[in-house]
Amino acid sequence: MTRVVRRIVTSAIVLVVVATASFVLLHAAPGGPFATDARRSPAVARALEQRYGTGDSLASQYVSELAHLARGDLGQSLVRDESVADVIASRFPVSALIGALALALALALGVASGVAAAARGGWVDRAVRAGAVLALCVPAFVAGPLLIAWLSLRLGWFPPARLDSASAYVLPAVTLALVYAGALARLARAGMCDALGEDFVRTARAKGASERAVVWRHALRAGIAPAVSYVGPAAAAMLAGSFVVEKVFQVPGLGSSVVEAIAQRDYPVLTGVLVFYAALVVALDLVVDGALAWLDPRSRR
Amino acid sequence: MTPLTRSARIAALAVAAIAVACALGPIIAGWFGVDGTSIDTRLGATPPSLAHWFGTDVLGRDELVRVLVGGRIALAVGLGGTLIAVAIGTAYGAIAGYAGGVVDGVMMRAVDAGFALPTTIVVLVAMAITDSRSLALLLPLIGAVSWLALARIVRGQVRALRDREFVVAARALGATPARVVVRHVLPNAAAPVIAYATVALPQVMLLEAFLSFLGVGVQAPLASWGSLVTDGSTQLAVYPWLIAFPALALGATMLALYTLADSLGATGTRGRPRTTSAS
Repeated sequence: MTRVVRRIVTSAIVLVVVATASFVLLHAAPGGPFATDARRSPAVARALEQRYGTGDSLASQYVSELAHLARGDLGQSLVRDESVADVIASRFPVSALIGALALALALALGVASGVAAAARGGWVDRAVRAGAVLALCVPAFVAGPLLIAWLSLRLGWFPPARLDSASAYVLPAVTLALVYAGALARLARAGMCDALGEDFVRTARAKGASERAVVWRHALRAGIAPAVSYVGPAAAAMLAGSFVVEKVFQVPGLGSSVVEAIAQRDYPVLTGVLVFYAALVVALDLVVDGALAWLDPRSRR
Repeated sequence: MTPLTRSARIAALAVAAIAVACALGPIIAGWFGVDGTSIDTRLGATPPSLAHWFGTDVLGRDELVRVLVGGRIALAVGLGGTLIAVAIGTAYGAIAGYAGGVVDGVMMRAVDAGFALPTTIVVLVAMAITDSRSLALLLPLIGAVSWLALARIVRGQVRALRDREFVVAARALGATPARVVVRHVLPNAAAPVIAYATVALPQVMLLEAFLSFLGVGVQAPLASWGSLVTDGSTQLAVYPWLIAFPALALGATMLALYTLADSLGATGTRGRPRTTSAS
């Protein structure tokens, strides 16, 4: 119980640190969001400063920003007539859907091939190891255009861009999943290799369990622990939307909203997305910790 | 250190060969009157031929020389960024691990928080708000977002070493904490640091390639493998060789580095399947 409380307190501290870091990052740079070469009457400038509080001292801006964040208020976009929460609410579902598909694919492909490599050995192991490291070495901005050229331009199976049909989600999800599937396969393989050498596995074999039962019932829970602890940050990165995949496939997701916000110096949107992303990482870390404790009783200590 | 496996020796040789080719290749090509900068728009993009082994780009520039020169930038940014990350991570981890107590607690919680920040966004934002596109800013930035994992590794090593007899002896002889850490503790933590650097290197190179793809990395007239792939990806269906060669160069280098890192045990993915004999 105390462990849960301590985790929640640390999570809150992490969020405050991230909010502070993004505040410092955005205010360290010369030129605010309203810096422009265009001539602007002093009255307009003053009105802008008053409306958005950009004229206050840095300290009071920082305090009011944290106070708003604590109440769950992410503020207003400086560019669009929208609240930051609205921007996230309209962009995140697009990224999250692609991310969830990619996560499911990476988990299925990565864990299954990693477990198979460790359990079978021989040529299966060599093939999985080679495939996994190759997947790590083909960046999304190479894999994406290649998939478009081959599967959509040559064969016409999937649309090359624009998310206006269900099949349009396939290529972005596959592109995003590749690298993570490779990493998961490597971790699942290594974890299973360790687990299959453990005493409890030898005991299971000794009492006559079939090889299939040994792998799937006895070794799997402990063996996929390294892969599961990698899933936390990986899932956060996938769900929040990859800039590269969203650029390649012209996806209007959270990642591309960050790129737009940077170009337009929309500080509240940037801070909001950074804090949202950190909250996602922290929340998924909690879920992963729970999953690890359930999977491997030894990690509960 | 354990002797390198056969695949690790091949990987190390491959990395060395790529580095030498990138360093010397453009010079040798120059003796034959081929360079990567002279523009010949009437020639335009041509597929690989005897005169231009990797073909030419839309402006008629020799793609082989462009890939080799791009490799210089990609490898230099990768190496430089990794060295900066190693320097920051080692110093940070050593201070946290040696100090212990509250200092250690605060410093490592900050590292935890750092892992919750998306590295690509941080670099993107920093490059954008400073309105700078120079390598002099890109390099330290890439290093500054890549040291977190190394800080954890060094801290763990230092904590394991700080109470060993030879360290206690150095302290008892009156050595200052800085001297104890630099002369006695860190040299014994060198092996995992070197092993980690071989994993960090391909990741740093990939980060540079990503940033170049997103338009804030290496800028024309300079080119890296990342920016060459980006250029090529827009004309993939028409001039496939313009994406194939830089992508192959980047992928082969990363593959060799990962193979090397694997055999140094730095990725935590070693381990052999149990040979199922009778079952």
